[in-house]
Amino acid sequence: MREQTHTFEFDWWLLAIVMAICGVGLLEIYSSTHGGALHGMQWKQLTWIGIGLVGMLVLSRVDYNAMLDQSPLLYLIGLAALLLVLAVGHTRFGARRWIVVGGVVLQVSELVKLIIIIVLARYFSEVRSERLTLADLVKIGLLVGVPAGLILLQPDLGTALVLVPVAVVGAFLAGINWKHVVAVLALGALVAVVGWNGHFLKPYQKQRLATFVHPEQSPRGAGYQILQSEIAVGSGGFWGKGFGKGSQNQLGFVPVRYSDFILAALAEEQGFFGVLLVMLLYLALLLRLVDNAQKAKDRAGMYLVMGVASILAFHVLVNAGMVIGYMPVTGIPLPFMSYGGSVTIFEFLSLGLVMNVRTKRFVN
Amino acid sequence: MANWIGGDQKLPQGRLILVSYGIVLGIILLLLGFWKLQIIQSGHYSDLAEKNRVRSIPIIAPRGKMLDRNGRVIVDNYPSYSILLLRDDPAQIRKDLPQIAAGLNITQADLKQQLEEAKIEPRFQPVIVKPEASDADLAFVESHRVDLPELELMMVQRRKYPPDDFLAHVIGYVGEVSPQQLDQQSGDRYKPGDIVGKAGLEREYNDILTGTDGMRRVIVNSLGKPVRTLDDMEPIPGKPIQLTIDYNLQAVAEQELAGKIGAIIALDPRTGEILAMTSHPAFDPNDFAVRIPNKEWRALNNDPDKPMLNRAIQAQLAPGSVFKIIMSTAMLESHVPPADFHLFCPGYADIYGHIYHDWRPKGHGEVSLHKAIVESCDVFFYNVGERLGIDKIAYYASALGLGKRTGIDLPGEEPGLVPSPEWAEKIYHRKWYAGETISVAIGQGATEVTPLQLLRTVSGIASGGVFYQPHLLKDYSPVKETRFPLAENTVEQVTDGMYGVVNEGGGTGVFALAELKKANLENIGFCGKTGTAQVISTKGLQRIAAGSRRHYGYNTWFVGFAPKQNPEIAVVVLVQDSALEAGGVAAPLAARFVDAYYQEKEGQPIQELQAAKPTQKVRTATTQVPKVVPQGR
Repeated sequence: MREQTHTFEFDWWLLAIVMAICGVGLLEIYSSTHGGALHGMQWKQLTWIGIGLVGMLVLSRVDYNAMLDQSPLLYLIGLAALLLVLAVGHTRFGARRWIVVGGVVLQVSELVKLIIIIVLARYFSEVRSERLTLADLVKIGLLVGVPAGLILLQPDLGTALVLVPVAVVGAFLAGINWKHVVAVLALGALVAVVGWNGHFLKPYQKQRLATFVHPEQSPRGAGYQILQSEIAVGSGGFWGKGFGKGSQNQLGFVPVRYSDFILAALAEEQGFFGVLLVMLLYLALLLRLVDNAQKAKDRAGMYLVMGVASILAFHVLVNAGMVIGYMPVTGIPLPFMSYGGSVTIFEFLSLGLVMNVRTKRFVN
Repeated sequence: MANWIGGDQKLPQGRLILVSYGIVLGIILLLLGFWKLQIIQSGHYSDLAEKNRVRSIPIIAPRGKMLDRNGRVIVDNYPSYSILLLRDDPAQIRKDLPQIAAGLNITQADLKQQLEEAKIEPRFQPVIVKPEASDADLAFVESHRVDLPELELMMVQRRKYPPDDFLAHVIGYVGEVSPQQLDQQSGDRYKPGDIVGKAGLEREYNDILTGTDGMRRVIVNSLGKPVRTLDDMEPIPGKPIQLTIDYNLQAVAEQELAGKIGAIIALDPRTGEILAMTSHPAFDPNDFAVRIPNKEWRALNNDPDKPMLNRAIQAQLAPGSVFKIIMSTAMLESHVPPADFHLFCPGYADIYGHIYHDWRPKGHGEVSLHKAIVESCDVFFYNVGERLGIDKIAYYASALGLGKRTGIDLPGEEPGLVPSPEWAEKIYHRKWYAGETISVAIGQGATEVTPLQLLRTVSGIASGGVFYQPHLLKDYSPVKETRFPLAENTVEQVTDGMYGVVNEGGGTGVFALAELKKANLENIGFCGKTGTAQVISTKGLQRIAAGSRRHYGYNTWFVGFAPKQNPEIAVVVLVQDSALEAGGVAAPLAARFVDAYYQEKEGQPIQELQAAKPTQKVRTATTQVPKVVPQGR
């Protein structure tokens, strides 16, 4: 059996949607940073996008079956990298998340996200029963739980949580017993209670969660970020204040306005109209991914694409929800828009996986 | 390579469609969230964004200046900075409190108390933590713009008062608006921390002097650093007021009274304009211009010499022999006893079986009204009083302006007291004793006057019975004019007597003449009347008994005017707790003042201003005066 991959078999629409989102992101990064010490950041982001595109191209040409084949090894590599980062990682902003490879600072957890997608795709595609058994759920829980636990130790609650939807969506697609859902939810609640009262959450994480519930109690602390973000969004109105004219954005009231809160900056300057367009782009992106999953040649391909889709959807929902105060501040960026090296490259690599699956759909 | 593609490859299409529904639902929920913020609550958040970026700092309007009658600046302003503590973020302030306290050299307890007091005010109202910032304070605020964004500077115009307590009681002082004033006012004219007039002219003409504060609006970034300035709302400065005070004459008055306790007032009897007014000891209004420490404030208020008391309008004292002018006027106007009434003064009078002594034990001999005024014969006026009766005395005293406020444009004026049988009945529920009338006749007893009342009354008599409302504002209008027409003969005889006091041998004010002669001004027609009243309050007696150094002496008066007809200058001098009688202290002092008036009028430099230190002057005055005897003079 010979498998052909052709670049022209790419999902060009998907790529076009992604590039449109990237374009909006670059413009908003420019708008948010051009006046200050961070000016020129859009060029750095453009570089990340370029690297990401190359990575996407490379990954789309590697047979995903080979990747699935090697998933145990990939999983071990992922765990090793997480342990390494805990041991000798580079500490920034009070968290140990980065390792320096050849002068480039990389966020290891992004790589782990990709590995988990592959590992779970393999696991789910191997399930032959109508529904997942309790043993399956426990195994999946362990597969996700161990790396998530290691990421939590960095500490990075946001990225640890990002792994969960891959398992949840996969499990849903694989078929689940609703009794198990209830059991898992109950377990989750237990973990949450123990986690809150035990010493598993860092004080800043607790504060962030508490702030999420009562943002007005600490206007200068973590609640300040949510409040300022809401002010930016709300004051944007329908048409926005205009490109480069958002006072909340330009005067620095919006926190990390070029990255995690880029949607707040956009909402202020482009208004509800701009948000609507961007959200429609994300809707198109996600639905296009589901479409690709539906047309996948096999279950493994479908799980790969849906793994990517679930992570991106989670990012969009949590990030946008955070910007308008519906979600806690967890440091989850908006896909293809927020500034970020590792995360942008991951996003394009995951897109490479999708392209990989797509180019094989007519094979056989 | 394992083939993961083998086996059942049917995809769960139904579940995939469910997932896409989930995605659509999620996006719709998000858009609803954005709709709520951006469309429904847009106005609210726009306001918040505006408050975020725009910081309003009040620009305090300078208060109006005070000028003397010739346009010379007496009270001015100078720019200074106040340090504000913005209270938008209590948690941040709590955290930064130690650093702020250390940096601005304030105690933490003090800061906390100020914050506590401001708690009832709206959050956006900043607290003035340091009203007068030093250069070091300014540097501290400037260099901590980033980490202490809650500190802000505000330029203010502060009052600059003349040095050496000059005109202190008249000017008064300003201070931060009190909570009571904030409560009383209708509308929102004042806000906490506003500077308002608290005493004197600052208070009387506060509405004129107060301007309207402006506002500086700056755009600040999230670090609180100003990025851009919006249009300023310019403050409207307060209007200046021109006073009737003559700077030079005031300076003479201040010098003459330096080191003494008492008051000097000079006015123009033709208009009621006050040319000079001083009360000693005084206070330095500059101490109040910023924020007077509690300790200093208490010290000023507890000082037994009462430096906060404006004696010119608030000291209520027995007029002593100056009252004989009122008695003379009453006698001549009522013809009781007739104008040619005369008697032999043996040095005492026997009335109702009581012996009343004259201040001169050996007596004045044959005394007419003229001689009685010139030599201040007590026995003569005991008899006049006995004949007139208390009702007539009280009637004339009141008609001539005693016992009620003059209406000067200063807060806190006291009314004085003209005793009468009604008064005794009303206040003490007792009958009037006939003997009291005799005391009242020579200005003793319960009669109380303020220096200003006495001055206005005497000037009015000298002006034929026209009494003007004394005032300090040059453009004061309308000046109340009280007329109590006096017969020409009355005015003539009374002023003749007062001329004699100064200019005739045996007059109690002859030491004044010496001063006039020194200045070659003996021909100006300076008239006056001395008064010396023993301090006979029970308090004073207790103090003497307790061996106090003070209150050993007299309250000495001199009220004078010039020229004799249609006087243009009238002056009252009160020296309290003097070891000397009026003739020795108050009269020459008044004469020197009148000298200065004429010197200025004729364009000569005022000698008094070039004179040596005031303390030395007191001593020279003392050496000139021979030993004198107690009793009313």
